[in-house]
Amino acid sequence: MPILEVNGYTKSFHIHHLNREIPVFDALDFRLNEGEFLLVTGPNGIGKSTLLRCLYRSYRPTSGEALYHSRYGTVDLSRAADVDIGVLREEEIGFVTQFLRPRPRVSALELVAETGAHTGGQSAIAQAEAMLTEFGLKPELWQAYPATFSGGEQQKVNLARALIRPRRLLLLDEPTASLDAATRESLARRLSDLKALGVAMIGVFHHPEDVAHLIDDEIRLSTSQVSMNGDYSHVAE
Amino acid sequence: MTDTSSRVPISLDPPRLVRQQPLVKVEGLVKHYGRIRAVDQVDLEVYPGEVLGIVGESGSGKSTVLRLLNLQEPADAGTYRLNIPQVRADNLFALDRFQKREIRTLHIGVVYQHPHLGLRMGYTSSGNVAERLLITGERNFAVLRKAAHDSLAASEFPADRMDDPPAVLSGGMQQRVQLAKAIALKPALLLLDEPTTGLDVSIQATVLDTLKRLQRETNITTILVSHDLGVIRTLADRVIVMQHGRVIETGLTDQILEDPQAVYTQQLVYAKL
Repeated sequence: MPILEVNGYTKSFHIHHLNREIPVFDALDFRLNEGEFLLVTGPNGIGKSTLLRCLYRSYRPTSGEALYHSRYGTVDLSRAADVDIGVLREEEIGFVTQFLRPRPRVSALELVAETGAHTGGQSAIAQAEAMLTEFGLKPELWQAYPATFSGGEQQKVNLARALIRPRRLLLLDEPTASLDAATRESLARRLSDLKALGVAMIGVFHHPEDVAHLIDDEIRLSTSQVSMNGDYSHVAE
Repeated sequence: MTDTSSRVPISLDPPRLVRQQPLVKVEGLVKHYGRIRAVDQVDLEVYPGEVLGIVGESGSGKSTVLRLLNLQEPADAGTYRLNIPQVRADNLFALDRFQKREIRTLHIGVVYQHPHLGLRMGYTSSGNVAERLLITGERNFAVLRKAAHDSLAASEFPADRMDDPPAVLSGGMQQRVQLAKAIALKPALLLLDEPTTGLDVSIQATVLDTLKRLQRETNITTILVSHDLGVIRTLADRVIVMQHGRVIETGLTDQILEDPQAVYTQQLVYAKL
């Protein structure tokens, strides 16, 4: 079952004060099925994160369509109303970044619990504790403000926050950067469980070997063209 | 220089997934001061539970929009609907001043940048809050006292200072009294006009934290005017950008801040971040 069909997807930034159009990618086509993991590869600055941000609509794509098959029917992420994107972010599409955005005077536990609060059932705090345990944040830090944490500790909070809610599509932007081996393993395990539940993922990974066993296909961005092949065995090496 | 402000990537569809009607719907809003067109054909919609940010430089008309929505002054043109069962009017601007006052009192809460606009500085803080209930006819002292206490507690104001007048409180505390007063009658719509501007940074953080917490717990529909993009990023779900009285761009908060499209929005964002 396809969850996402992307056709002619194009992004350029228009910077007014330079009066310049900066092209990023052009006429991208790909599709993603439920439970599939797509790895985005290519050199630095080629637009891997930009692709994820366009799909999440932090960036506005320039042209093309991204047909997302939501529980409510098919929505073109390129042109859906902002409030509809809000609904999808709330309920179906998650974005996992490599940086936490701590808020002053909000504890690690609260930061995680507030995104879990809408799911009902198990209390948000209990869920948040379970997630922080899973990603290995020391309990003595749960009540502390993450602004003072190390990069790795912040990232544990970030992962717990991003993955606490059930999603149908996850956009992963280098989530393993700054993580130690044990946490990378926890993340890979979590992603593997989610994949088994049918969650589709598109990810940019600095060290794809962490998730090699999850990868079904690859989009390779290059300056000349975009290629998609079924062969990703080299990734595992 | 060529004007490329109209360069918008792909035009957006009308909402389809969102299940509720907008709580606030404003169309064709116009306001002049003398020959100055302060607000020029502004349309906006705010959905239940949403926080809509309005950004723009001084004089862009953003605070005027808020005053018009608070029914403080008449609009020259436009319609304004508040979609709640208690309010039947199709256009709040068309009501008489008694009806407007009732709607302002019961359904709209406001926090101004300057506390003296929203508070009686010489009355007790608890009295300032309880006054909202007095207006609705509540006369039982114990009820008034408890309501003031609960509302001040919700805005994280220290209980032992509830009888101090705002005049002797710090700026951050005064904002908490304004907030307590604004939410005392559980309004449908909360209007925040630069609520943390002028506070020092650490106090600003705690007031923002209170606003965020309150918004999350009560899910109150909010319109927030601020020129501080950090405040907008923390609180707003969506943003409209105003310049010369007009809306020049709207979008999700992260999109406006990370991929601004209009010339002016790019200047604003690049200047602030």
